[in-house]
Amino acid sequence: MRGLSADVRVDGRLEAELTTEPGAVVAVIGPNGAGKTTLLRALAGLVSMTGSVEVDGVSWTRPARLVRDRNVGLVFQDQLLFPHLTAVDNVAFGLRSRGVAGAEAETTARDWLTRFAVAELADRKPGQLSGGQAQRVAIARALAPAPSLLLLDEPFAGLDVGVATALRIELARHLASYDGITLLVTHDALDALTLADTVLVIDDGRVAQYGTPQNVAARPRTDHVARLVGLNVIREHDRFRSFSPSAVTVSLARPEGSARNQWHGTVLSAVTHGDAVRLLVDAGPQLIADVTPGATVELGLVPGREVWVSVKETAISTYA
Amino acid sequence: MTDTDGRTLGRPPLSLVIPGALAAALLVLPLVTLVLDTPWRNFFDELGSTVVLDALGITAIASGVTVVACVLLGTPLAWLLARVEFPGRAVLRAAVTVPLVLPPVVAGVALVTALGRNGLIGSVLRDATGITLPYTITAVVTAHTFVSMPFYVLSVEGALRASGDKYDVVAATLGATRWTTFRRVTLPLAMPGLVAGAALAWARSLGEFGATITFAGNYPGTTQTMPSLIYTTLQSRPEVARTLSMILLVVSIAILAALRNRWLTTP
Repeated sequence: MRGLSADVRVDGRLEAELTTEPGAVVAVIGPNGAGKTTLLRALAGLVSMTGSVEVDGVSWTRPARLVRDRNVGLVFQDQLLFPHLTAVDNVAFGLRSRGVAGAEAETTARDWLTRFAVAELADRKPGQLSGGQAQRVAIARALAPAPSLLLLDEPFAGLDVGVATALRIELARHLASYDGITLLVTHDALDALTLADTVLVIDDGRVAQYGTPQNVAARPRTDHVARLVGLNVIREHDRFRSFSPSAVTVSLARPEGSARNQWHGTVLSAVTHGDAVRLLVDAGPQLIADVTPGATVELGLVPGREVWVSVKETAISTYA
Repeated sequence: MTDTDGRTLGRPPLSLVIPGALAAALLVLPLVTLVLDTPWRNFFDELGSTVVLDALGITAIASGVTVVACVLLGTPLAWLLARVEFPGRAVLRAAVTVPLVLPPVVAGVALVTALGRNGLIGSVLRDATGITLPYTITAVVTAHTFVSMPFYVLSVEGALRASGDKYDVVAATLGATRWTTFRRVTLPLAMPGLVAGAALAWARSLGEFGATITFAGNYPGTTQTMPSLIYTTLQSRPEVARTLSMILLVVSIAILAALRNRWLTTP
């Protein structure tokens, strides 16, 4: 069977099952320490795991394959370009390790640098590259040996917003023509929505949700994802109820109506969010509410203020 | 590194200035007197004599071969200590550092015990091949390598640990074998440590006296190194010993200066 089929178990840190089609781009999201990087490192063979990993019908775990025989491309958050090699030698490294002759490896490496628009930097050492340039070289280096699994660990972290945006657009173009499987660890909902065709939500070492970006964004099942896409999510028995912060009403007195959708709590923070002010209220669950700047002043909505928040039943979407 | 020029913080305290000046005097004065007291008129006559040329040659060969031996054998040992987990690694690391603090004479006795004519390994070697080590240039190199290797191994292991294994990991994900990784990644990144270690080992070898004279003897033309020659000469012709010392001093400073310009100033 083509594609990736994995059941990754790392003692005390991660238990995740994952099946994808060839060519899939999977965004892996979740809070810090949830096990995202562990998943990538386990697939690459860098941390010991039980369970199984099968790529394009070949098992990487029975018998266990060494890291170098796994045919993965790993892009690290801090790039880790070899500091003593030029950009082109960095990209050629994986080709030469896999037996491509020197001259041919260099030609291919220069092609890759051209594709990532950094051909003129080919003979520079990593120390002479900016963060965005270095990350382009790092991605080219990972892709050059044609890995069956491309693992990107927060490739845009630490880059300027403009640089990250440009690189995101370029990466989307390359991933469209790449027929291996991509796993992209990210903290940015935008990555998940623009680059990925599948989203894997990991929470506390387990898979919390796995689906299309649209589905995950519309029906989040974890607080982390709800915050990423700007929604409130409440777990009620085996169902989830989500609603937009703009549907929330904030008042000082207890509102009329059903007690089911109202909470009493304390304002934790108030920050401007577009034209509105976004409040974070600790009301048992932590909820976000968008109010007008006028209301903020009128009701004195500063951190520490006790308020009632409520939402109409019709504004809530309920799902399993 | 600081913004002030120091004066605004007040006068340096005498409790630091006096011992500091004493230390400087102790380090500098003997060398200055050696330079002043050297009979410079005889310098080139002495330099040209057979005994001195022989001793210089043996010292050059011994220290050169020692550095090569340290690089060829010590680099893999440093790599094993820094990168491979095996039982007894901590014990081995401690054992490797022992020759650093071992009195050189004791090192010589240990070498005789192991590799001497009737030594544990030496007697086996003699019975099997007829080769005996002591009182040969090989013994000189062996003694020098024994005392110099720890400096080299510690320096290289430190460099390997400092650069960490993160680049080894990257190389592995790019399909490189451990040998390729060592050659193309680990070694180039540890190069400053290798060069510093080689310089230390070379300096240690150049001055080596105790272990060598104990294990290899002091035979002009075969095992007599410059330090051994200086020691012998000092008892009969002290002014010649000063000249010889001057030669050794000039040679070592010249090579250190060359190394410093080339390598040691790079971060």
